[in-house]
Amino acid sequence: MTTLDTIRSEIGADGRAGSSRRARLARLARRLPPGLALSWLILATVFLWAIAPALFTSYNPVEGVGGAQLKRPDALHLLGTDALGRDLYARIVYGAVHSLTGAFVAVGLGLIVGTTLGVIAGSVGRRLDDAIMRIVDVLLSIPPLLLSLSIIILLGFGTVNAAIAVGLTSVAGFARLARSEVVRVRRSDYVEAAFGSGGTFRAVLWRHVLPNSLTSVIAIAALHFGSAVLQISTLGFLGYGAPPPTPEWGLLIAEGRNYISTAWWLTTAPGFVVVLVVLAANRVSQSFGKVTS
Amino acid sequence: MTFSADQGTPVLEVSDLKISYHGGERYHPVVHGVSFRVEPGEVVALVGESGSGKTTTAQSVIGLLPANGHVDRGTIRLNGTDISRWSDRQFDTIRGARISLVPQDPGSSLNPVKTIGAQVGEILEIHGEARGKELERRVLALLECVGLPDPELRARQYPHELSGGMRQRVLIAIAIALKPELIIADEPTSALDVTVQKRILDLIDELRAEYGTAVLLVTHDLGVAVDRADRLVVLQGGRVQEEGRASEVLAAPRSPYTRQLIADAPSLSRSAAWVTATARSSTGTAATDDVVVVEQLVQEFPRPTRGEAPFSAVDHVSFRVRRGTTHAIVGESGSGKTTTVRAVVGFQKPTSGKIEIDGTDLSTLGGETLRQFRRKIQLVYQNPYASLDPRQTIFEIVEEPLLNFGNLSRLERREKTLAILSRVGLPEALATRRAHALSGGQRQRVAIARALVLDPQVVVLDEAVSALDVTVQARILDLLDELQQDLGLTYLFVSHDLAVVRQIADTVSVLRGGRLVDEGPVAQVFDHPGSDYTRELISAIPGRKHPAFA
Repeated sequence: MTTLDTIRSEIGADGRAGSSRRARLARLARRLPPGLALSWLILATVFLWAIAPALFTSYNPVEGVGGAQLKRPDALHLLGTDALGRDLYARIVYGAVHSLTGAFVAVGLGLIVGTTLGVIAGSVGRRLDDAIMRIVDVLLSIPPLLLSLSIIILLGFGTVNAAIAVGLTSVAGFARLARSEVVRVRRSDYVEAAFGSGGTFRAVLWRHVLPNSLTSVIAIAALHFGSAVLQISTLGFLGYGAPPPTPEWGLLIAEGRNYISTAWWLTTAPGFVVVLVVLAANRVSQSFGKVTS
Repeated sequence: MTFSADQGTPVLEVSDLKISYHGGERYHPVVHGVSFRVEPGEVVALVGESGSGKTTTAQSVIGLLPANGHVDRGTIRLNGTDISRWSDRQFDTIRGARISLVPQDPGSSLNPVKTIGAQVGEILEIHGEARGKELERRVLALLECVGLPDPELRARQYPHELSGGMRQRVLIAIAIALKPELIIADEPTSALDVTVQKRILDLIDELRAEYGTAVLLVTHDLGVAVDRADRLVVLQGGRVQEEGRASEVLAAPRSPYTRQLIADAPSLSRSAAWVTATARSSTGTAATDDVVVVEQLVQEFPRPTRGEAPFSAVDHVSFRVRRGTTHAIVGESGSGKTTTVRAVVGFQKPTSGKIEIDGTDLSTLGGETLRQFRRKIQLVYQNPYASLDPRQTIFEIVEEPLLNFGNLSRLERREKTLAILSRVGLPEALATRRAHALSGGQRQRVAIARALVLDPQVVVLDEAVSALDVTVQARILDLLDELQQDLGLTYLFVSHDLAVVRQIADTVSVLRGGRLVDEGPVAQVFDHPGSDYTRELISAIPGRKHPAFA
């Protein structure tokens, strides 16, 4: 062991024991990089849009105002209006709930199904492991968009179905990661020691293997959130998601496409929002990854 | 030869050196005003435990402090020139040429995708010393000089094709390539087996005699330091505790810390505190009361290529351990000692042979009966950092075996856990901490507590003290002795360190390449070794140059 290791661990040790929680939070806030702060702000805003859209706009997202079609952005309509006279800003705000719930369902599904498969494969081993991992390999070999389109065609259109389709494409990734983590932890001395002190398979799995292998899986789940938003918008754009007049972001872009030469804001604004949310989610999950590793 | 310093100036003169690390907004001084000098052609050993600042001091000399390390005060003079505040670019001109480093871990210090020849040649190329045919010739000469057999073949090989000792020789070849004035050897042998260690240290000695290079030897092993160094600098907590000629320091240590170090080093002293079980009870129990019986144990592993004969890690090994005594299994890496004990604790089904623990034949066990059997025999691992779950508290770790055999109430479990924690000398306040907040010695105490909480008959200690500093190691050995006396435990003690084995074991088996080469009571094996291999092992124990202390 080198001196440096000791010092690092000493710093770690009295950092945990010495300072109070509040002082640590204050220090964290001071050290928070501006990019990360901005990302949190973006996610918080979008989250609030999803919970209480009425606080942010007084317009109705689905009913247009007569005579106000295709207005340029101005003080009255912040981001202009669409061909039916609906306020675009209101539609984006009300659309947040669709994109966010979709992303949550997709990530949750991928996380639960994928991790379960991975943990089973990693802990039981042998034949079952081989069987599960070959299925995962097959899933990985199909392009995600093609896979989610096929699933949607089987399940039918709609927000939830689109989310399920997106979620199933990430099952393979989660399963692989969970399996590799479980295999790593299973080989560690403390797991063997737990068996050696009389632990049953289930007890050891529950007490040692799961808690120690799932941290990085959770970090990856946060990373998947951003790409799930993107994939759901893609499906919406292609018309496989929520049907009109739902103000889903991908659908907004698709509807605006017909007016791209005369009313650029109809595609630009929702596209910009999607990009911001995805970037923010990636930045935040990256910071998770750093903390857990 | 670039060795040209006149006798007046020391090769290296460190004075009042103060170094600190900056972690975030934290400021951590580690070296507080260290001063010492290295004369031309001299070997000076920096001795200390982990955290004593010895590695940090050595790193600062060659300008390789980690990015968060900073020299706050003091000077480092190389042949009279202060280099303590040099930039990396300035250091580039002298690293390798005038100071060189033999790093600690031969396993990770060579580039795995370049050949040995290319890596040795690199230093000559960087400093513009040679190229083309001349380079090739010099590389081969260097490899031959450090005693690598068949240098032409080695130069074409990759690091993974060489053993640990051979890799360390390659690193030494790189270090001496430009005949520097000073070589810093940072624990050059701590990852190697004793016999290999001896050969490597002999090599450094020879090269020093040949080129007159000064060596700064950084080590935690007082035995090695005393054997090899002209002068010792004993560091503790970043301060020099003692400095002087090696023999003088050993004969008449001035600081209490040095005295403690010498007393705790198993190779330098025979601790009076430890009385082996045979000595304790000469009246003895019945001679037939063998709690561990291993007969003709064979453990084979299939090779990856089909059709080849399986690799036999353990080859017909037999031994018996009497109840309440300590039996040591000794051997170098690859000797099959760990494989043997893994079969004994029931983690592996042996290919053939019989293992009986307290009258139970292991081959009859499986599933639930095997689980119940685990109460009788417990294993303590080598690495206290890997054997404790980082997410559990100390209390949870020690309580867990009781949960597995769930016939105690919550309150009884709590009582028993806390009792065993205090028995191994851990304060109750630590019970709610997690393992990372504990030192190595404390962790190993936790591992011992976990092993003892089920009241086992036999405790298997797999290199259980090898990763610890000498003083910590001595405390753990004392604890094990105490526990054996109080609880009548039987120990199966696996180790590569013969000095420790001699101190604590009653009987010993020496393994080599999976075969038993020597066995018997410790005194007999050590005084009248039955095989050349045992003799070689014993002569490789460091600290034997000073028989008065051996």
